Amino acid sequence: METMNLTQLESGQSGEVVFIEGGRNVTCKLSVMGIRVGVTVTKITSQLMRGPVSIQVGGTQLAIGYGMARRIIVEVDE
Amino acid sequence: MKAVLLMGNPNVGKSVLFSRLTGVYVVASNYPGTTVEYTKGFMMLGGEKAVVIDAPGTYTLEPASRAEEVASELLEEADVVINVVDATNLERNLNLTLELIKKGIPFIIALNLWDESKHTGISIDVRSLEESLGVPVVPTSAISGEGIKTLVSRVAEANPGSYQYKEEERWFEIGRLVDFVQKVSHRHHTFLERLADASVMPATGIPIALIVMFAIFQIIRWVGESLIAYVFEPIFEKLWAPLVMRLSALLGSGGFIHDVLIGKLVEGEIDFVESLGLLTTGLFVPFAMVLPYVFAFYFVLSFLEDSGYLPRLGVLVDTVMHRLGLHGLSVIPMLLGLGCNVPGAMATRVLETRRERFIAATLMAICVPCMAQIAMIVGLVGRHGAAGLGVVFGTLFAVWIIIGLVMNRFLKGESPEIFVEIPPYRPPYLVGLMKKLWMRTTHFLKEAVPWVIIGVFIVNILYALHIIDFIGKITAPVITRVLGLPREAVGALIIGFLRKDVAVGMLSPLGLNLRQLIVASVVLTMYFPCVATFIILIKELGIKDMAKSAVIMVTSAVAVGGILNLILRIF
Repeated sequence: METMNLTQLESGQSGEVVFIEGGRNVTCKLSVMGIRVGVTVTKITSQLMRGPVSIQVGGTQLAIGYGMARRIIVEVDE
Repeated sequence: MKAVLLMGNPNVGKSVLFSRLTGVYVVASNYPGTTVEYTKGFMMLGGEKAVVIDAPGTYTLEPASRAEEVASELLEEADVVINVVDATNLERNLNLTLELIKKGIPFIIALNLWDESKHTGISIDVRSLEESLGVPVVPTSAISGEGIKTLVSRVAEANPGSYQYKEEERWFEIGRLVDFVQKVSHRHHTFLERLADASVMPATGIPIALIVMFAIFQIIRWVGESLIAYVFEPIFEKLWAPLVMRLSALLGSGGFIHDVLIGKLVEGEIDFVESLGLLTTGLFVPFAMVLPYVFAFYFVLSFLEDSGYLPRLGVLVDTVMHRLGLHGLSVIPMLLGLGCNVPGAMATRVLETRRERFIAATLMAICVPCMAQIAMIVGLVGRHGAAGLGVVFGTLFAVWIIIGLVMNRFLKGESPEIFVEIPPYRPPYLVGLMKKLWMRTTHFLKEAVPWVIIGVFIVNILYALHIIDFIGKITAPVITRVLGLPREAVGALIIGFLRKDVAVGMLSPLGLNLRQLIVASVVLTMYFPCVATFIILIKELGIKDMAKSAVIMVTSAVAVGGILNLILRIF
């Protein structure tokens, strides 16, 4: 088990969200789009130069800015 | 009258369902946030007329954005709600459904995109969902029309729902519900899904974006040029010109009425570009020079919108847009602005903060010429070769970046990061696409033709009363010294406020050289938006911000025009 944030995840790798850094506003915004503690997310890709991170969560694909992606902490099986 | 409210997450097909229910066509696109303001229509419900309201897409009833606020306010007035749920994304969509249950308003669920969910290997037990929630659930496919009749007939059964849950356990409850009613069978990735992934990965996505851009450009050129060469020019030259020539002879080939209607004959013949009469230039410009390109542009744009490519393009360009104080999704207002600045200005509403909206609207108004104007610039500057066009559009692009960088540096506040749902690629729905193309094209004709004719008419009056001469004299220092243009070009700048395409057309009888044409084209694009865009911008930004924006427009236009004039003189 290893903990890291979304930007550190490799493309194609999956992880379980264990923690979201930030206030109620951030967690609320993320949760309505399906990102909550306990869900599994799969990284699709990220853009160069600290660009947005694309992930798959449930049936939805999302693009998340680098700064926000860094606050989403996931746990990865090794 | 009963009020029926359509409510659901963004991009779940509410607008298509609305069209199905009411017969009113509304623009739908495959990216979140097309409907920012609500639309109203009417339908028959159990023999009575009812008003149907298409609310903006919302993920939650706890308002986070302007669109969500509008949706929550609309809820207060609704008698019954049709909750449109995306069957391919049940879990995320049920959040809004459970929030609705707490509101105690009668509702019914349209389980939309039903056909797509079957293709993606999702099967939902509709009856158990219905029993669990205590609300009628009807599977629908708004695009094909499947299930719409059943939906309408069951609206009478709408009720507030009987599902009980504790607020803090909402997500847990949703998970339980989904596990209970939904089965997902594994299947291989489809071609569209692999293409979807390839178009956001930088290594493949950037080449794909370049190919798409090149293809767009080629298709617009090909469609536009073909329409001009094979349809509109023959009509004007072979059918219309002889008729107008006869009228010209009747009017004695001259005089005030002749000049207003037909304009000046060039070597005894009508020149549709230079004559500047209502029946010659006034009709030729909108129909034969501009309409073909507008049609071609909207054909390509509508296809791109419906396919789902635009949000992916937004993600790819996000890093660059950040330097300008915007995020990737602002490519949507910019692209729409290329068609017509008015919808471009309205589309800035999808951006969250005032700062972003100000930057996006100002950049678009200054540096994004509309298709009508582009068509005229291509017609006029293009005669002297492609290099001139390169200078015009290259300059505008450079100015777009520079002004963006400057505004991002000096405007207070921060711009939020991109956070957006990327919809799956969908094969465009042809009937919808054709309707959208038709609506946009007729809208252009309704807007453009009267204004072009009024514009041409005003020019004639202003010339006849020597007003253009007079303003020319006052503004001569700027027009002639700084921009290096003849004094008569002031007429074009005045008319540019009404219609920019006519303004560019007015340059053609002035006998400008290539340098002057380039400077005039750039200044005409930048100095001020046309009146229609101006009014929308006041509405969107408020008078104070619009005034600020206008100061940036005028000063940057004079500065860039002056610099361009100096640089081009060297060559």
